[in-house]
Amino acid sequence: MTLLSLNRLTKSFGGLTAVNNVSFQVEGGSIVGLIGPNGAGKTTVFNLITGIYRPNQGEIIFNDGSIVGQPTHRIVSLGIARTFQTIRLFQNLSVLENVLSGCHCRMKSGSLAAMLRLPSQKKEERRAVERALGALTFVGLESQAEQLARNLSYGNQRLLEIARALATEPQLLILDEPAGGMNEQETGALITLIRRLRDRGITVLLIEHDMSLVMRVCERIVVLEYGAKIAEGEPAAIKADPKVIEAYLGTEENE
Amino acid sequence: MMDRTKYLYLAGTVVLAAAPAVLNTYWVDVLNNVGMYAILGLSLNLIVGHAGLFNLGHAAFYAIGAYTAAILNSHFHIPVLWLLPLSALTAGLFALMIARPIIHLRGDYLCIVTIGVGEIVRIALINNVFGITGGANGIFGIDRPQIFGWVIRRPQEFYYLIWLFLMVTVFLFQRLENSRFGRALNYLREDETAAEGSGIHTAHYKLMAFVIGAAWAGMVGNIFAAKMTIISPESFSFWESVLMFTLVILGGSGSIPGVLLGALLIIGLPELFRGFANARMAIFGVAMVAMMIFRTGGILPARPRTYRLPQPAAAVEAKP
Repeated sequence: MTLLSLNRLTKSFGGLTAVNNVSFQVEGGSIVGLIGPNGAGKTTVFNLITGIYRPNQGEIIFNDGSIVGQPTHRIVSLGIARTFQTIRLFQNLSVLENVLSGCHCRMKSGSLAAMLRLPSQKKEERRAVERALGALTFVGLESQAEQLARNLSYGNQRLLEIARALATEPQLLILDEPAGGMNEQETGALITLIRRLRDRGITVLLIEHDMSLVMRVCERIVVLEYGAKIAEGEPAAIKADPKVIEAYLGTEENE
Repeated sequence: MMDRTKYLYLAGTVVLAAAPAVLNTYWVDVLNNVGMYAILGLSLNLIVGHAGLFNLGHAAFYAIGAYTAAILNSHFHIPVLWLLPLSALTAGLFALMIARPIIHLRGDYLCIVTIGVGEIVRIALINNVFGITGGANGIFGIDRPQIFGWVIRRPQEFYYLIWLFLMVTVFLFQRLENSRFGRALNYLREDETAAEGSGIHTAHYKLMAFVIGAAWAGMVGNIFAAKMTIISPESFSFWESVLMFTLVILGGSGSIPGVLLGALLIIGLPELFRGFANARMAIFGVAMVAMMIFRTGGILPARPRTYRLPQPAAAVEAKP
């Protein structure tokens, strides 16, 4: 079953075409990697999917419905969560509260219910804290729940971003360079985590520069260069694709 | 810990309840002003402290609430306290109207526009807009508030009305802060993009912060009108907005005890320094500058919320 489908997506900023006629599908329950040299338009694709940018042309179909033009918060509640390339946590709030922000879109109580502290609101708050702790336990940060987010190590901050995204109960999780700034051991743990996410029924789409991670964890890989798709396939096929080697891996060999 | 705060609140309540019996009328009236500014500060705190939206035109909402009460009371003789919800409604609706087009502005830009809104409202009142605001003279002959036929007239009586209203406000706002709503405001203050990306309708929450804050300021306007029995545009000058803004920042933005202390210092302290005549504003200014250098989060900065976690082991471990 196709969960997400991008059809002939184009986005330009002034004269620069950042994403040019890109199409690919993400199957439900799979782990898909989006790779390409710096400036290939990977993050722009993510920003198009999550509604931060609006495409000039093309459509984005999620669960059989178009999500083009929907505001970001609406797309999140439809079931697409993301993490950011540069960590964007709520630094001065606690780890638990960071995750509670993800629970927000699955809660209902408004300002009046909060002021009157209705029984339904109290119950909802309790359940949200439980769910947030569940997400923290999933990534292994439950013991840090009451720390401020800014006091976490870099690797843990990345994990916290994943926990926050997980708390929105997504069907599709979009990870923008999740291994950025992680050491080898942390990257190994991240691979296990991504597989566990998939086992939980969450489809994962990720951008990553760490080739070993992409090759180990992804079932399908889409390669972008200068905003256009140049290859798509299984890791082994991508590794052998001469176009990809020239665009991306080839430069590494020359170093 | 919880018990200590409870006793603190109880002791505070007793002291406050006894205050009018000990103080003379002048000082009771000072406390009335402190109470009103504390409520105004708390209402602005939602916008400035929690949502992080710089609003230097809060006096506009205060004015709308006051004029709503004054006009309807002097024309139709509706009891002032009955108009309390209506003052809240008009101020809230006005906030909704003006905030919607400017809500996407950031930081200093929003600040400048809100200053403009405050001035537009004040000047519109001077120009006797719709022929109902009485121009520069304002509106006089507003009735005193009545509760079951008992007319609130003396400062000592107003004291109980104002401080009861303040206590209700603190009670409700504390609950509001510690909820999904309060957290949403903090998320968008910390990082708007991340908040939106985590599923929070940021534009909606910014508007709601403005609407609730304005509605509360409108209700204080109502009480102000009833207390003075005469209101004019000069009571709602830019300086009023600056006072409210300053007491929030100085006391501790996002912190209820901070705002209460801010109101006490900003409104109460200048009265203490009356003996210094002209020097008092200078002393005041120096104190402010020192505060901003040494305590950037305000005198009583906001404390992180606490949650009851299911496993106490985790909570103990997390203590640094």
